[in-house]
Amino acid sequence: MKFKVNGDDVFASTGGRPFDKKKPLIIFVHGSGLTHMTWVLQTRYFAFHGYNSLAIDLPGHGLSGGKSLKSIEEMADWVSAVIDALGHKRASLVGHSQGCLVTVECTSRYPDKIKTLSLMGGAGAIPMNPELLSLAENNDPKAVDLMMDWAHGPAGHFGGHPVPGLYHINTGTMLAKSRTIQNTLGVDFRACDNYKNGFEAAKKIKCPTLSILATDDKMCPVKEGKKLASLIDGSQVDIIDNCGHMMLLEEADRVLTVLKKFITTNYPPLSS
Amino acid sequence: MSDKKKELKPNTYKFDTLSLHAGYQPHKNAGARQVPIYQTTSYLFDDVDHAAALFNLERGGHIYSRISNPTVGVLEERVASLEGGTAALATSSGMSAIFLTIMTLCEAGDHLVVSSQLYGGTVNLFRLTLPKFGITCTFVKPRDTEGFKKAIKKNTKGIYGELVGNPGNELMNMPEIANIAHEAGIPLIVDSTYQTPYLCKPFEHGADIVIHSLTKWMAGHGSSMAGILVEGGNFDWMQNDKFPTMTKPYEGYHGLSFAEEFGPTAFTMKARAEGMRDFGPCLSPQNAWNVLQGLETLSVRMKKHCENAEEMVKYLSKHESVAWVSHPSAPNHPDSALADKLLPNGKGSMIAFGIKGGKDAGVAFINNVKLASHLANVGDTRTLVIHPASGTHSQMDEATLKFAGLSHDMIRLSVGMEDIDDIKNDFEIGFRAARKPRLVSNQ
Repeated sequence: MKFKVNGDDVFASTGGRPFDKKKPLIIFVHGSGLTHMTWVLQTRYFAFHGYNSLAIDLPGHGLSGGKSLKSIEEMADWVSAVIDALGHKRASLVGHSQGCLVTVECTSRYPDKIKTLSLMGGAGAIPMNPELLSLAENNDPKAVDLMMDWAHGPAGHFGGHPVPGLYHINTGTMLAKSRTIQNTLGVDFRACDNYKNGFEAAKKIKCPTLSILATDDKMCPVKEGKKLASLIDGSQVDIIDNCGHMMLLEEADRVLTVLKKFITTNYPPLSS
Repeated sequence: MSDKKKELKPNTYKFDTLSLHAGYQPHKNAGARQVPIYQTTSYLFDDVDHAAALFNLERGGHIYSRISNPTVGVLEERVASLEGGTAALATSSGMSAIFLTIMTLCEAGDHLVVSSQLYGGTVNLFRLTLPKFGITCTFVKPRDTEGFKKAIKKNTKGIYGELVGNPGNELMNMPEIANIAHEAGIPLIVDSTYQTPYLCKPFEHGADIVIHSLTKWMAGHGSSMAGILVEGGNFDWMQNDKFPTMTKPYEGYHGLSFAEEFGPTAFTMKARAEGMRDFGPCLSPQNAWNVLQGLETLSVRMKKHCENAEEMVKYLSKHESVAWVSHPSAPNHPDSALADKLLPNGKGSMIAFGIKGGKDAGVAFINNVKLASHLANVGDTRTLVIHPASGTHSQMDEATLKFAGLSHDMIRLSVGMEDIDDIKNDFEIGFRAARKPRLVSNQ
């Protein structure tokens, strides 16, 4: 579906079901340089089980209009504006990687709006390798290749995708190259590198929170994810073995199972 | 110690490693080092909710082996990785991969622009069978790049061709034809059976969908039928309104838009969800496993095939019984510069040559070689020969044969991996027999 926020078109996948204002809202926020399609193995389930399940494209990404936002704080305000634009008062947020920084900041800024927070491959800060940052800001496709290399664990490099026939390293590469690299990945990496408020923001979060971490995550290692989770009251942590940063693809089933239990318990669907 | 900073380099696996490992994790398969053959029709559901989720594409997994199978899935992922594609769908043969691709792309009333130099069975599909489904085609000679552009109509949904045409070895200018297709907002579909991804990766030259008859060099041992379609992931189905079945809500899956939901893998997802469900040309797990064995040695075999082929080109070019030789490695081949660009790792092992004495000499040659096998296949480890005008392309009329670049003196040679001296010695026997009728008639 498409709608407007701050005058620009926003695209959100609804998981194959029409948007229904009566249903509780879940918003999935993708990682640096990526799009709504990274969530396809999670969103469709919720869409068919009593939720408005919206995987959004951040401004300037995927099928959304506008320009990429330059700071995590701006992105956090934008996610809040998305909730307003959809006519909802509350939502559950799910973030991956950079999307975790965005959703942590959003939840701390708008605590009354956020029912639950789910973080995948999250950390309180994501400082960027200067060379990788430079490559992305200079539109070098090598930045995407390096990101896909580091983002997949050793097992993920072999493949074995839960959806038969899909090779996810190449799929991720295509997603990250679908728009101009310096305008998406370059801007996103700089925003991540500049963001310093993650740990302070985490201390303000009071809603039920889940962190899914992966033992082979090189981009947001388990110890960083645990550090963030330790600052959030009552935060649950689930750790996946033999998995890298792209857990939502590498171990899509496991992620969905954990997410399903957490969200349906803390923010029940319409049907129940 | 050096102060030089180490350059960042991606360490994703390279071709030879992917051909052995991609798509498979032993620790998820009881530690089995070799890919297991999942000889089963169907798969247990955890509960009703799990079953519904699988049927509704809410989560990945297997339901029924017509739609997907774990052994076949390894093959699909492996070929996708080798081609640099996002996804792949294996089928029971190369022809069913072509048919499934066209039926996923087109509806009744649609049109395709097609290279005229194709395998005879493919020509018949486009010329005779697809019109029965309301899909028409315009054939263009592979070297007539502008002709592809001129043939595009309002209802054209794609351009289709073999990079190196069968059997005449004419090359189509893939990068330029890809530009023509993309300017018209339609995909380029390339049958890359002759090349395998070891010799050419069509996605790097603008192709959007790649098709293989895996029966040939990919499996390589003449044992198993199989085909595959691979998606490049770069084509934007939503750029225009030409592909409503990709972009509009699909009734068969509760209003799903494949392009919106699956983006760079949308075509494969639709081909599987709709095409395998409705047509069902599924690959058997045993044949998938056989192809996987072949893929493990793909680069080793292709090197040897190409090496032997280039030796045979030299031998045939100098032979008194040979009127002409066509192979992209020959310096006088009209497309040799393009072949150098598109086929840097070797020009393939398919040779077409004309035998002096025409059809009768061709028949005598074919009937007398002993090592080379006379059969309707290519890409075996063994050397194969056929006379296309009386074999693979025999269902074509005279005009179609001419348009497809075939002549009655043409022998199609698929060079195998035998000792090169043994192949040459065998050909000498064939050539002697081919000369005999003429010698007799001259006396």
